[in-house]
Amino acid sequence: MSRWAPPLAIVAALLGAWELTARIGWLAHALNLEPFLVPAPSDIARSLWDDRALLADNAWVTLQEVLAGFGLAVVCGALAAVVMHLSATLRRALYPLLVASQTVPIIVIAPILVVWFGYGIGPKLAIIALICFFPVTVNTLDGLGAVDPELPKLMRTLDASRGTVLARVELPSALPYFFSGAKIAVAVAVIGAVFGEWAGSSSGLGHLMLAASSQLLTARLFAAVVVLSAMAIALFALLEGLERQVAWWGPGRERP
Amino acid sequence: MRSGVEAPVAGAEAVAAPAGRAAIEARALSHAYGELVALDRLDLAVAEHEVVGLVGPSGCGKTTLLELIAGLAEPSGGEVLVEGSRAPRARLGSCAYMPQRDLLLPWLSALDNASLALRNRGARRASARAAVAPLFARFGLAGFESKRPRELSGGMRQRVAFLRTLLAGKPVLLLDEPFAALDAITRAEMQEWLAAALASEARTVVLVSHDVEEALYLADRVLVLSARPGRVVAEVRAPSPRLAPRLEAVTAPGFIAARERALAALAGGRDGRPAR
Repeated sequence: MSRWAPPLAIVAALLGAWELTARIGWLAHALNLEPFLVPAPSDIARSLWDDRALLADNAWVTLQEVLAGFGLAVVCGALAAVVMHLSATLRRALYPLLVASQTVPIIVIAPILVVWFGYGIGPKLAIIALICFFPVTVNTLDGLGAVDPELPKLMRTLDASRGTVLARVELPSALPYFFSGAKIAVAVAVIGAVFGEWAGSSSGLGHLMLAASSQLLTARLFAAVVVLSAMAIALFALLEGLERQVAWWGPGRERP
Repeated sequence: MRSGVEAPVAGAEAVAAPAGRAAIEARALSHAYGELVALDRLDLAVAEHEVVGLVGPSGCGKTTLLELIAGLAEPSGGEVLVEGSRAPRARLGSCAYMPQRDLLLPWLSALDNASLALRNRGARRASARAAVAPLFARFGLAGFESKRPRELSGGMRQRVAFLRTLLAGKPVLLLDEPFAALDAITRAEMQEWLAAALASEARTVVLVSHDVEEALYLADRVLVLSARPGRVVAEVRAPSPRLAPRLEAVTAPGFIAARERALAALAGGRDGRPAR
């Protein structure tokens, strides 16, 4: 319990201060805005409850995009890491492309992707996968390369083939690294989904934020942000739980 | 077996194998990493089922020599034959290697770690476990089959690692400072244990150590290597018959004399060699 006390106290204090200053009108005054543009936490909480059906429907759309895009990135990223690990030539060829893919200003090309793939889930998948692919690939590749160099030698004297070394030693060693990459990826995946929805969509939390923003429904806008954050935190926690179950041997970790 | 090995002739042929077919034969073996010469025209012969200890100062190329024998690396000069074969693949097929650190896989149980060689050769997990489990009692590991490496003591981990090496089923065992990472008491226990384990196994063994006493206690004869580049500078035979309890063996006058001879050779090899 004491573990949770300090962060909870800080959040409570910040929320309390925000509530107080918004209620009195100081916050709107300081920002030189109309008070209805600056919702108090209680307004956001009310919106969370009143708009729960709307938020849930849109969150479900975004969640599906995130899961599909993240899943695609995890599969492709892990495969790309293994391929680059096994072939130095392919690594030299693909690594610069991998880095270059992260320099693509996604928010700018998102509208083009919508033109190419339409208003459906296609452009969202492409954007999320593009963002998530990088941390998964780089971390997994690092993990595959971080194996104690003595181990493959030892395995060869124990009659292991190259494939056996990969399956029995390198992949398990890389698993904790893979999870580190996946946790980074899942946190940024929700941002990718919002970018995708901004560029063109008729549903999802990003779409809802855009609509609420243009209608000056600031409480609903913040409520959508809260739901989006909660989604990212939940996915992150889920991955961390999974990691503890299946990759507990990571550097500096104890058995559960 | 160990006690049956004949004493070699002294002098120039000191490094030649005793009577019988040589399991390992190195001729003018040299190895360099770029500019760094690790081994320089080393000659070595190990008879079948003989236990040979290699001692030398740090960095004298002991580990390099083991890797060359095992077919994990190819020499820059000279040649090495294992069981009569020069091909790296054949050498790899004849040698099992036990590294200084146990290198057990943390995600596998002790039983699964020990049965790695069987699994690598395609055995199913259940049949590999069934084949290996009965050996755990003999190795003082009964009851620890399902423990992970980090739940085992240092000595137990080394025993699992040794069992893993034995189960590779190779005629030649290459042991690279197997107890270097252990505390003094565990180390002494493990030496006694390994001496008994080796006595019941008909294997050719090359044991690398930086500890003269350990090498003399475990091996039939000990070869002293010079500082880098490593060459054999002396051969010291372990006194025989070997006394069973370790403490008696290492305090016998013959053992102490042999140990001092090896230490003197080690010191000479470190200081007395002309600079290259």
